Amino acid sequence: MKSSVITFPGSNCDRDMDVALTKFGFKNKMVWHNDQELPKSDLIVLPGGFSYGDYLRCGSMASKSKIMNSVINFAKSGGLVMGICNGFQILVEAGLVPGVLLRNKYLQFICKNVHVKVDNKENTFFKNLDKKVLEFHIAHNEGNYFCTNNQLKEIEDNNQIAIYYCDQNGNTNDQINPNGSIKNIAGIFNKEKNVLGMMPHPERMIDESLSGEDGSIFFKNLLNNIK
Amino acid sequence: MLVNEKVAIEHGLKSDEYKKICKLLKRTPNITELGIFSAMWNEHCSYKSSRIHLKKLHTKGKKVIQGPGENAGVIDIEDGDAIVFKIESHNHPSFIEPYQGAATGVGGIMRDVFTMGARPIANLNSIHFGSPQHKKTKNLLRGVVHGIGGYGNCMGVPTIAGQTSFDSSYNGNILVNAMTLGLVKKDKIFYSKAAGLNKPVIYVGSKTGRDGIHGASMASASFDEKIEEKKPTVQVGDPFTEKLLLEACLELMSGDSIIAIQDMGAAGLTSSSIEMASKGNLGIEINLNKVPCRETKMTPYEIMLSESQERMLIVLESGKEEIAKKIFDKWNLDFAVIGKTTNTKNIELFFDNKQVANIPVNTLVENSPMYDRKWKKSKLPKKNKIDKTKLRNLKIKDTLRKILSSPNVCSKEWIWQQYDHTVMGDTIQKPGGDSGVVRVHKTDKAIAATVDSSATYCWAHPLTGGKQVVCETWRNLISVGAKPIAVTNCLNFGSPEKEENMGEFVECVQGISEACKYLDYPVVSGNVSFYNQTKDIGIKPTPAIGGVGLIKDYNKMITMDFKEIDNIVLVIGKTEGHIDQSLLSRIILNEKNGPPPEVNLFNEKNNGLTLLNLIEKNFIKSAHDVSLGGIITAIIKMCIKGNKGIQIKKPKFLINEIEYFFAEDQGRYLIEINPKDFKEVTKILDKNSVHYDEIGKIIDKDMIIDQKTKLTIDELKSYNTNWFKGYMV
Repeated sequence: MKSSVITFPGSNCDRDMDVALTKFGFKNKMVWHNDQELPKSDLIVLPGGFSYGDYLRCGSMASKSKIMNSVINFAKSGGLVMGICNGFQILVEAGLVPGVLLRNKYLQFICKNVHVKVDNKENTFFKNLDKKVLEFHIAHNEGNYFCTNNQLKEIEDNNQIAIYYCDQNGNTNDQINPNGSIKNIAGIFNKEKNVLGMMPHPERMIDESLSGEDGSIFFKNLLNNIK
Repeated sequence: MLVNEKVAIEHGLKSDEYKKICKLLKRTPNITELGIFSAMWNEHCSYKSSRIHLKKLHTKGKKVIQGPGENAGVIDIEDGDAIVFKIESHNHPSFIEPYQGAATGVGGIMRDVFTMGARPIANLNSIHFGSPQHKKTKNLLRGVVHGIGGYGNCMGVPTIAGQTSFDSSYNGNILVNAMTLGLVKKDKIFYSKAAGLNKPVIYVGSKTGRDGIHGASMASASFDEKIEEKKPTVQVGDPFTEKLLLEACLELMSGDSIIAIQDMGAAGLTSSSIEMASKGNLGIEINLNKVPCRETKMTPYEIMLSESQERMLIVLESGKEEIAKKIFDKWNLDFAVIGKTTNTKNIELFFDNKQVANIPVNTLVENSPMYDRKWKKSKLPKKNKIDKTKLRNLKIKDTLRKILSSPNVCSKEWIWQQYDHTVMGDTIQKPGGDSGVVRVHKTDKAIAATVDSSATYCWAHPLTGGKQVVCETWRNLISVGAKPIAVTNCLNFGSPEKEENMGEFVECVQGISEACKYLDYPVVSGNVSFYNQTKDIGIKPTPAIGGVGLIKDYNKMITMDFKEIDNIVLVIGKTEGHIDQSLLSRIILNEKNGPPPEVNLFNEKNNGLTLLNLIEKNFIKSAHDVSLGGIITAIIKMCIKGNKGIQIKKPKFLINEIEYFFAEDQGRYLIEINPKDFKEVTKILDKNSVHYDEIGKIIDKDMIIDQKTKLTIDELKSYNTNWFKGYMV
């Protein structure tokens, strides 16, 4: 399976994502933001980081870079696109997934392990996943997901919420919500569910010696689903 | 502008220093030249009060590739790999403008490391604030933490460890020391020594603005009530540009275009160009019209003294300009050929086709002032007579609550959760342990790093305090299973013009040197920060030591959390019951005087190496060094981390229980072992003459000291975590 990770100026999880994808069997290519064309890929990843230094708004300048035209076309033709953290912010700014990401509720960067509940398995990203609750890792300053009531209704009607912040037993409540996101939303799909944006970093959970192994479960499952 | 003695004094130079300049030049300097002298001869850049003493530091060792004198120190970690590291202060700017001051401190130290060709792999920091009740403390703390996070997080370098303390001596002068470690191949290290004639001198990175002019001079003076006026001397950081600069520099470094490279830190273009010329014993000629400027009509004086961030100066091989330009264009960074190397041994500056400065390089460097300042020796204070009944009447539970929730012991999670400590995917020990640990990417090796300081001990007796800080970092590294290799030091003191402060400096340095030598743990880099004082009040002497060690097989790394019920806990090292200067003495007994705990270097080395040997043999399940708050505080941290309890075995000792639990004797560790290994472990300890006490057995969820004293782990945890949350609301 072939994947591509886009490097924007200021991306800083591009290498980590490359390491993770390669570890689980993807043939990964790094793609420069100024390129026009994507290599043939089964999966495109927009990695975390601080593209363009978060100037203007997180992700907004990267969403206008040259390669994004191809990414948008790829997504519209049904190709799998995943945006992690800053990648999620770019997806939002590019209009590929609905909503916006505001500054965290307590106005602080947060770096810690979190649990997320996977509710929706009718999609390539989470299909066949055995676990309902995964332990992932977050590291962000602007992960507070927000949308209008109308949008929220549409999102819920279309079953577009991918993952929710929850406790280790899968309960979602305000106490466990790390950043103030509406409905504890940690990740969201587009309508067709071929585009996934999420704040947590699965690529930081791929090894027992790191924070944990639930990222490994996610990537292995994803690879099997694409095959 | 006419230059005279008055103008020189306004530039922070002393009257005799100005006379020396005129004598060296055999004429009166013009204003640009005076600016250059003032930048090079201030305390921050010239080390004029400290140089004579820094020579005494122990800096040599088998693993040292580069000692002090370069942008950072370099040590060998085998297999062709090397670690580049250094710590640096950004105290003065952080007090004036905490966010930018701290952020640019982090940016500056990372540049020092990647200037040498190394990719930064870990950041650490040591930050010290005034009393929590002081009106400025909360805002300064918040600003500094945001600044450190803002810069480091954006760079994508994990912040893996640190230290935070509060003490009223920092009310008017906070300390912000930032440390960075980078990884490089041994044969791809870059230095700042220029070589060859007529080689192009290249400017890359951000444009030069008017920010930070005289930053280094500001950092070389005490504060007074006009401090707010100095805000414009604080630089403004842009981590995004630095990230681009990092990637561009590393890309250029992978080829063979660079002869020498130097970042523009304190005193900007002035110090970087002069250092390169001085090391290469060459001259340098710069056309200031070619320097990319952010603002119009900048004068040569401003261009030379600007401390705009994220800039580098490079001496290239002739003919490589195009290759280099292409890389910097790709990363959208400024690139300009601004001059060349010459054989004049002078720095010559041109602006609008006129020569605006011409100074022999050696007058700025070798002939810079050096002072052997007067200093006062400190006597070892007399031991306090501790009222034993008072001790006996202390309730352990209350005492523990007060100690665990005291600002200097409580959990600092509020701070380090704001730092990205997991980016780069190699952090295997997070903040909150004895040392932070990162893997050497794609190998079985890992690097442990820690930073520490003990101002109270240093204040009580600088010589002992200096030794103690070195030993504390040594223990922190051993506790995670790392072999200590070398240190970097950040020496934060008051005014060197006061005999007491200078004495503290001299004796701390001596203590550091003795300990480093004995432990074969050399100093490879560092920085001195004097004048940490407001009006007449200086800080407690605060040498911060950053220690770095190697774990050959990261699977053998040790953490401090208790692992398994029924395992046995031992204290390694002897507890004599030293209470003076301990946390108990200061916050429970309200006693500020007395000597710090004695440091016995033989025991320190012997205990540490024996523990490393036990770790190597896989006997150790968890380990933690005993420091602030004594044995009981250390045990509780192990309980909290592992979410397990302990049944404490009543010590059968001459000293009373409180002294045993809270004493801060040095050279001690707590270790967890499996009961089946008890005989073997104690045999090794006996064989190496290492004292040990059996202190208890791991149980579920409670800490039981005796029948009357039982505490749940949740209770202890809440003591430990609540203070910070409550304070920062």
